[in-house]
Amino acid sequence: MLRYLARKVVVYLLTFFVAVTIDWAIPRFMPGDPVEGLLSRMQAQPAAEKALSGYYTNAFGFDVPIWKQYLNFWAALLHGDLGRSVQNFPTSVSELILGALPYTLALLVPAILLSFWAGNKVGAMAARRKALDNTVLPVGYVLTATPQMWLGVVLAWVFALTLGWFPVSGAYGFDLQPGWTLEFAWSFLQHWVLPFAALFLVAFGGWAIGMRNMIIYELEADYSNYLASLGAPTKLVRKYAYRNALLPQITGLALALGAVVAGAIVVEIVFSYPGLGTLTLGAIQNRDYFLIQGIFLFIITGVLIANFLIDIAYVFIDPRTRIGMQGGR
Amino acid sequence: MAAPRDLEPATVPQAGVATVGGPAVAVEPQAAAGAPVPAHRSEFVYFALRNWKFVLGLGVVLVFLAAALFGPMIASHAPLEFSGPTDQPPSSDYWFGTTSFGQDVFAQFVHGLRAAFLVGAVGGGIAWVLGAVVGFTAGYRGGAIDDVLNMLTNVVLVIPTLAILIIVSAYMNVHSYAVEAVLIGLTSWPWAARAVRAQTFTLKTRDFVDVARLSGRSTRQVISSEIAPNMSSYLLMMFILLFGGAILIGASLDFLGLGPSESVSLGLMMNNAFLSSALVLGSWWWFLPPGIGIIGIVGGLYVMNVGLDEVFNPRLRET
Repeated sequence: MLRYLARKVVVYLLTFFVAVTIDWAIPRFMPGDPVEGLLSRMQAQPAAEKALSGYYTNAFGFDVPIWKQYLNFWAALLHGDLGRSVQNFPTSVSELILGALPYTLALLVPAILLSFWAGNKVGAMAARRKALDNTVLPVGYVLTATPQMWLGVVLAWVFALTLGWFPVSGAYGFDLQPGWTLEFAWSFLQHWVLPFAALFLVAFGGWAIGMRNMIIYELEADYSNYLASLGAPTKLVRKYAYRNALLPQITGLALALGAVVAGAIVVEIVFSYPGLGTLTLGAIQNRDYFLIQGIFLFIITGVLIANFLIDIAYVFIDPRTRIGMQGGR
Repeated sequence: MAAPRDLEPATVPQAGVATVGGPAVAVEPQAAAGAPVPAHRSEFVYFALRNWKFVLGLGVVLVFLAAALFGPMIASHAPLEFSGPTDQPPSSDYWFGTTSFGQDVFAQFVHGLRAAFLVGAVGGGIAWVLGAVVGFTAGYRGGAIDDVLNMLTNVVLVIPTLAILIIVSAYMNVHSYAVEAVLIGLTSWPWAARAVRAQTFTLKTRDFVDVARLSGRSTRQVISSEIAPNMSSYLLMMFILLFGGAILIGASLDFLGLGPSESVSLGLMMNNAFLSSALVLGSWWWFLPPGIGIIGIVGGLYVMNVGLDEVFNPRLRET
């Protein structure tokens, strides 16, 4: 158990190290100078530009040897300092990210958990049941092949603009301030439904198909046939099949996290939802490199932590991993 | 974006190996290459053509491929040309209507399909080669090489592809779809490598592999003539999934405005439609086609893949 966890921790630390190094290296070894880009947008007078250039180079730490920049980067990072946003200059990157984070999490966490739960249930029901299978399977494939942003656009077009059931953009009404009031909660919920649905539906399709296929494999397995030949009720056989089929789905959940986060980024943009995705788009359009870097690190750290939690959960769910780890085999 | 959820290795393979690597393999490889192969081929075609999922999926993909190949020839306008009236619904002059800049949506659509197939083929192809090479090497060699490659795979696997592509494309101006496809290929191979490695592990202890090794063949020969052919069905399905995945990732990147800007792609069409408030204007003919194109190609590929799975693996065939 401990050895297994130790190995995992090593992989995650190494991944984090590689990610941070990529994050540090890319702006420094790519063509184009971030400071110059910043100044060209400010359109300062030539004399002022020189002074400003020196100031920014210093502020961003470009004036020391490259190895020192790398160490400084780590030092700042471990203090939670991700630099300052170029776009909204005095504001720090961490502040911007922390402000956007609650909105992204409010979309992501329910979308991931509910789609996993519902997709697996429906997929398991559909397997080897002709009528249901013939509807779930095609719908599942269409959904899983749908780009999230396009689904978002279509949902917004149908349910917001045409039917007028939901608002088109934002996370709450323009006339409201975020707070713990009932009015705000209601407005938030209304704005939340469509972006959530876009994320949920695409992920749901994937889980349903995956589970449907896994159940078919499991129902063909010897233990299922044996159980059935003993006269066990179908319900019991399917229950055992479901438990076994769920394990690879959980591994799949870890693999899918990155894709769901990416989906959230593009869906937020469609609905101008004030989370990390919209922040990313603004950062890209304004070439706000420090903000892009910060968001990148933040997403990777989040995905790493979630992966680690899934790894630990897996040990508790699958007894075989535990026995294998304790040297039982 | 492409979800590994469905591409997740465990959903496809298990049964594939059981049948593919089974007793049908002759100990003497040369003998096996002779007579039985044609029979096997025709058996494949027989079951493939009777599998509606395979036929339907392939059919849809071929329709879009034909549109990508021949569409630009029949389109009467260049995709970026400001040629006509603005914001027109579909008509006989402009089959898919026009954008609010007066561009022909049909021309953009068929050119966008070309870009999608290019990104899928190149991106999926690179990921396929990388996944196969890393997977075969790690699985066959084992030991320290396996540990190192496995570590590398895990590192790339956990970093979200789109996040890394965002940061790379933000700094590096991507000027062509080929470059975008290469970036996608370089980041989306890990699950494939993992899957190939697992399959190689189970195959490498088989007797026929031992015989080949004892007869003095090099590692590369053993892998290419003994191991790879026994998982060829699996390798084919892997390519299909990587192809579809690359198209979805590419669409997300283009939608974010990180692809080549002075060109046409389905993702960029969505981006332009969105930024020009096609939604508010109700120009459905502008923002619907790109999504339908992507769903058609990627969904067609996925359905074709299930069909293939059933063809290669008799236990899955509907009775």
